Amino acid sequence: MLTCKQFLSELNDYLDDTLDPQTRSELTRHVNECPNCWVVCNTTEKTLKVFKGMEAKAVPPDIEHRLMAALEKRIADRGPICGQKKAEA
Amino acid sequence: MSAFSDLVTHYDRRIFRMAKQITQNDDDAEDVLQETFLKAYSHLDDFQGNSKFYTWLVRIAVNEALMKLRKRRSDKTVPLDEPIDTGEDEVVREIAVWDENPEQQYSREELGALLDEAIQSLKPAYRTVFILRDIEEMSIEETADLLKLSISAVKSRLLRARLQLREKLTRLFKRKGDDAFAYL
Ligand SMILES: [Zn+2]
Repeated sequence: MLTCKQFLSELNDYLDDTLDPQTRSELTRHVNECPNCWVVCNTTEKTLKVFKGMEAKAVPPDIEHRLMAALEKRIADRGPICGQKKAEA
Repeated sequence: MSAFSDLVTHYDRRIFRMAKQITQNDDDAEDVLQETFLKAYSHLDDFQGNSKFYTWLVRIAVNEALMKLRKRRSDKTVPLDEPIDTGEDEVVREIAVWDENPEQQYSREELGALLDEAIQSLKPAYRTVFILRDIEEMSIEETADLLKLSISAVKSRLLRARLQLREKLTRLFKRKGDDAFAYL
C-alpha cells in the first residue's frame, strides 16, 4: 500500500491523467481507502475547476482606449502590413 | 487594422488578466498589454501559424511580464526564479469536504476577487507556473520552455501551487460544521 506522502507526490499526474495504468490503479486504490487523501484529491480537483471557470473581466475602458490609440499610432507610422510591402515593390 | 483590432478586442482581457496576475501591478500590466499587441502587430509576418495565435500572444506577454517583474524585484535579495524551500510548502493542513457548488455563495465579482487574492498570495515562482499551466492551459512542456525551467521543476512548483490554492479555497468553501470531523 502506498503512503499518503507517495500519493501526494503523484497527485498532479493523477489529476492530469498522465500515469501508466498500473500506477494509476495503485493510486485509485489508495484514494478509495484513505479518507484524507480522498478529500485532498477531491478538493484539489475542485480547486482547478473553479480557477478554470473564472472568466477574465473586460479591460477597463481607459486602458482599452490607450491600447487602441497606441496601436493606431503604430499603424499610422508604419502603414498597414500588406500595404507596406506593395509600396516598397 | 480592422481584422487585427478584432483580434485585440477578442484576446485583450485575457492578456491583461495574465499580465496583472504575474506583475501584480496595474501600470506594469498596462505596459505589458500594449507591448504585447504592438509587438504582435509588428511581427505578424513572423507568426507561422504552426501554433495557435493565442499561444503565440501568451508567449510574448509572459516574456514582457517577467521582464517587468525582474526589473521591479532587482533591488530585492530574494531571487525570483528560485523558490526558497522551507520544506513546508506541501503540508496539507485543511482537510474538509466542500459545500456543494460553493461558488454559488458568491457573486461573480466576489468570487473573482477571492480567486485573484488566492493567486496573488502564491510566491512568484509558483504563481507563474500555475497561471500558465492551469489558467492558460499550456502543457507542462510549453510552460517549462517558456519559463526556461526543467520539466521536474515545473511539476514540483505546480504541485505546491495547486496544494496551496486548495488550502486557501478550502478555508472559504468547506462545508460548515465539518470541523469536528478533522482527521488530523
Ligand atoms: Zn492517504
